[in-house]
Parts: sequence; C-alpha cells; structure tokens
Amino acid sequence: MDTLSQLAGGFAVALTPAHLFWCLVGTTLGTAIGVLPGLGPALTIALLLPITFKVEPTAAFILFAGIYYGAMYGGSTTSILLNTPGESATIVTALEGNRMARSGRAGAALATAAIGSFVAGTIGTVGITFLAPVVVRFALRFGPAEYFSLMILAFVTVSAVLGASAVRGLAALVFGFYLGMIGIDLQTGQPRFTLGIAELLDGINVVVVAVGLFAVGETLYVAARRHAGRDEIVPLRGSLYMTGEEWSRSVGPWLRGAAIGFPIGAMPAGGAEIPTFLSYWLEKRLSRKPEEFGTTGAIEGVAGPEAANNASAAGVLVPMLTLGLPTSATAAIMLSAFQSYGINPGPLLLQQQPMLVWGLIASLYIANIMLLVLNLPLVGLWVRVLRIPPPLLYAGILVFATIGTYGISNSWVDLVLLYLLGAVGFLMRRFDFPTAPVIIGMILGPLAEQNFRQAMTISDGDWTVFLTHPLSAALLALAALALLAPRLYAALVAARRREAVARDA
Amino acid sequence: MTAAPEPRRRPALPETALGLGTLAFAALVLWQAWEIPVSPLYAKIGPSIFPFFTGGALAVLAVLMLAQALRGGWQNEEEKAIPIDRKAVVYVLCGLVANVALIGSFGFTIASTALFVLVARGFGSRAFVRDAAIGFAVALLSYFGFAKALGVTIGAGLVERLLGG
Repeated sequence: MDTLSQLAGGFAVALTPAHLFWCLVGTTLGTAIGVLPGLGPALTIALLLPITFKVEPTAAFILFAGIYYGAMYGGSTTSILLNTPGESATIVTALEGNRMARSGRAGAALATAAIGSFVAGTIGTVGITFLAPVVVRFALRFGPAEYFSLMILAFVTVSAVLGASAVRGLAALVFGFYLGMIGIDLQTGQPRFTLGIAELLDGINVVVVAVGLFAVGETLYVAARRHAGRDEIVPLRGSLYMTGEEWSRSVGPWLRGAAIGFPIGAMPAGGAEIPTFLSYWLEKRLSRKPEEFGTTGAIEGVAGPEAANNASAAGVLVPMLTLGLPTSATAAIMLSAFQSYGINPGPLLLQQQPMLVWGLIASLYIANIMLLVLNLPLVGLWVRVLRIPPPLLYAGILVFATIGTYGISNSWVDLVLLYLLGAVGFLMRRFDFPTAPVIIGMILGPLAEQNFRQAMTISDGDWTVFLTHPLSAALLALAALALLAPRLYAALVAARRREAVARDA
Repeated sequence: MTAAPEPRRRPALPETALGLGTLAFAALVLWQAWEIPVSPLYAKIGPSIFPFFTGGALAVLAVLMLAQALRGGWQNEEEKAIPIDRKAVVYVLCGLVANVALIGSFGFTIASTALFVLVARGFGSRAFVRDAAIGFAVALLSYFGFAKALGVTIGAGLVERLLGG
C-alpha cells in the first residue's frame, strides 16, 4: 500500500501543467527522433544535457524519459514503413512489419506496434513501480566491494554477452574506460592521459563522445555506404484499425512480449535485442498461421517483439534508478545528467529524492498514454518526417552536433575531438563493434574505479575482499559464468559433433 | 555455426590493420599510465592501477583481434561488398574542416552554413542555393532558438551580432 500512496504522490508531481508540458515535449521529440534514421535517444539526450543548468531535475528527467519512451515508439514506424531499423532493438520489427506493409497491411502493423508498445510500456512501468522499492531494500546492504562486483557483472553482460563478439564488445568497453579516465584523478589530484593538453584536464565531456560516435560517426558511415542504395518508403494504405482477428492474434504476443522483455531489461544486463529475438522466436512457434512469417508478414511477429522492446526499455530504468547502474547508452547519459545535478542515483535516491523518482515514474504512465495518441491518429505526420531528404537530414544533424559540442566550452579542441571520435565511430560501425559499451564504460568505469579503491582502502589493501564478501563473490562468479559459459558450451557442442562425425566415419 | 569444417581463409587486411592500430593504442595507454606519478601514500591502490589494467586489457584484446584477422577477419560479407563512396566521405570531411576553420573567426551561423552545404553535397544534393538557404535558416533558428533556450553560448560572429545576438 505504501508504494501506491507514493505513486499517488508522484502523480501529483507529474500532473502539474509544467511537468505535463515537458512530458509532451519529450514524447513528441522522442517520436520524431525515433522515426528519423540516424538519430537515437542517447544522442538526443546528450545534445539536450545543457538543459540541466536551466530547469529543475524533475522536469529534466520527465523530458528525458519522454524522449526515451518516445524513441521506442517512433522506431517501429520506421522499421515498418522503411525497413531500415532505427535501432538494433527494432531489427525484428522490420522483419515482419515491413513485409506486412508491402502486402498492404501497414495500418494494422503500425496499430499493433503502437498499442503493443502501450500495453507493454504500461506493464513495464507497473513493474518499475513495484520492483524498484524491492531492489532498493536489497541494495541498501551493498558496500563498495559489492558495487564493484556488480559493475563487473554489468560490464561483462553489456559488452561480452549481448552482441556479436565478446572481443569487440570488451574492446569498446575498455576504450570507454580510457575516455572516462582522461583528466584529473579525483582522489589524488594527478592528471591522467592528458598528453599535456590543458583542455583535457577537466576530462572529456560525455556529450562529445556520444555526439562523435552517434552523430558524426553515423553520418560518415551512411555517406560511405551511398552505393548500397536506399530503401523505399512503403506508402501508408488502408485503415489503422485492426480487425477482430488481428486483435485476437495480437493480445497474446503483447502480454508474452512484455513478460519476456521486462525481466531481461531489469537485470543488470539490460539490452533490448535479446528479448525481441526471443519473443520473435516464441511467436513464430506459437502462431496459428506460421506460413505468414517471412512471406506476407505475420502480425504476431510485430506485436510480440515490439512489446518486448518497450517492456525491456522500461526494465532498464530499474537498475538505473535503484542501483545507479546504467545498462544502455541512453541510461548512461541519463546517469551523467543526474551527476550534473549532483545527485547520485542508487538505493538512497528513493529516500532522498522521493518526489523526483515517483514523479518520474508517474510521468512514464502519462508518457505512454500521450505516445499512444501521438503514434496512432497522428501517424501521418511522422510519415512526413520520414520523407525529409537524407542530404538535409544529415547536414542538419551535423549542425546540431556542432551546437552540442561547441556550446560546452567554445573551444575548437572539443570540435577536433568530436571529429576524431566520429572517425572512431565510423570504423566501429564499419567493422561491427558495438558503440553503446563505450558510453557505458566511460560513465561507469570511473564509478567502478572509485568503488574498487574505496573497498581496497577499507580492507587495507587486501585483494581478497571481493571474494570473501559472499554477495560480492556471488556476483563475480555470475560474471565469470556469463563470460565463459557460452564459450564452454560451444566448445562442448563442437566436441560432441566431432565425436559423432568420427563415429559415422 | 555450420557443421562443415570451414575452409582456411586468407588473412583480412583491414582487420589486421585495425588490430595493429589497437595494439599501438594499447602501447600508448600503457606508456601514459607509466607516466602517472604515484605518491608513496597511495602506493597500494594508486591512480595508475586502472590505467595499467585498461592498457593491458586493450593489448590482450588487440592480440585476439589480430588472431581473428589472420584467420580471415570478421567483417560481414554485405559490408565488404559495398565499396566506400569516397567522394561522399571527402565532402563530409571538407564540411567538418570548414566548420572548425570558420567557427572561431566568422561565427556559428556562417560556419554551419558551410558545413550544411558541403554535407548535403556529399549526400548527393545538387541544389546548392537551396541548401545554403536552408542551412543558413537552420543555423540561425537553432542559434536563437535552441542555443538560447538551453542557455549555451556558441560563437557569435558577423551574422549573430548584426541581428543583435
């Protein structure tokens, strides 16, 4: 009951006209950038970080959360109509959604994606409401050693488990560590990795890194791939209403997608890709019309993964708000916004800033309702946004990138850094390195170092402290398991197969 | 993932270069970590432990990348098949250079207009005058709207002062 009264207090905060306004701005902007290929929520929030100097924290986080949720809704529109997934989490939506659109059922695909996002987003938000206080109660027992081990677990899962290659994922993460360490060491006052450049003493701003990787890198990548040709926008025909049959085929996938997505998102692993693929796989098996998968487009293959995507996006906010542990690039940048207010997300946040947290959670419910309205009746507007010609879109993105970076210190050093990171981002995209671990490593790396040094100071330099604390040891064991188990399993399967081949011969 | 044993593939040049680059970068990180002065007060858990760890991890990962590169690399076939559109990339790079060169002396709006025109050209636009007009408008609007609303100051130049920014 306590949770419900807290939530009611949150609604009292979120329903003020000013906060409703920020929520509307956030959801509208979020949908727009979700629709536009090449722009994502992490980049947008990074560009808007200076707003933290202007408005109070609750308003800023309501804005950011609206962008975060909105981008999930908008991304599905692009996947369905253009077959270019705006983000990795909407790859699966494009599989069936674009086929549905080509066979003249774009309206139904958009409807099931939007309503499914609403259903799963709301279930996910209910999940945050009730799970967050539980995690907080658990996390209050954490000391520096436990935090360090928890971060190691998150590092492993974020970079090595989710993704094509553990080596490339870890390389991206460690590159993020390096970027995060540049500047003055807070404990000893020693400059590190500054190469004697005065501008680097304050460290590299996360905005420069995010904008460099996501805006400049992406623009170079798309420019270099112009020979690949462009996908056609499927014209929006037919009504947006789903038939009775389409409804009955959507409800199950929505609920199952939410049930898959939220727990995986809420784990200190995060990532929306695995739940969307899991949901797709499950729905393909459960479908009454499996012949539609991969041919004319099956509505279950849109409804399930879309729901899983949104529920896991909600889930990611649980470790973010309760442990201060971001598991996606967007969450990492939101964490740096908290830092810019001097607020440390973690178990104490819920006690010290209850109105901020509960206001934010309440605003997520409101954002979902706004987004349903923005994305269903107004979908025609977003189709028009999708028609912005690429030359103007990417030129515009780089102008905004300049504002975001040059505005920090009015120094051309930042611009040069931005472009260097853009070149790195280009190479990473071209050679299939994930970019999110760079941002996560940059934000979380220094926190991990801080906890490590605190734990070592408390234990008087005894390294075994991470193994003698049972909770810390368990987390490290989990991390080792996550890193090694898939490899051991693959080796085992390969060995079995070789045995079988040998027997056949 | 396939059951059939894969034929031995030839080393992939780009990936090898990338691996060597990462290795060189790891060496730079380790050398920079070495340069951090550590006071004896913090000798046990000083400010250079994480830098050393980072450099070491990068070196190990670079070696693993090199091993993969020598066994044929990892870049997917689709990506390899698409030749880089050099002209487009060069136009975008020119835009970036023009932006850095102009923003200090001529201000944000003029630098951004140049950036906008060059990037649009790189993406295949031929409407030079239209791009310049749109770029100028976007830059000016974002200068007076976005930047002022956020409270960030970005290089005011000729145009901005003329308009009372």
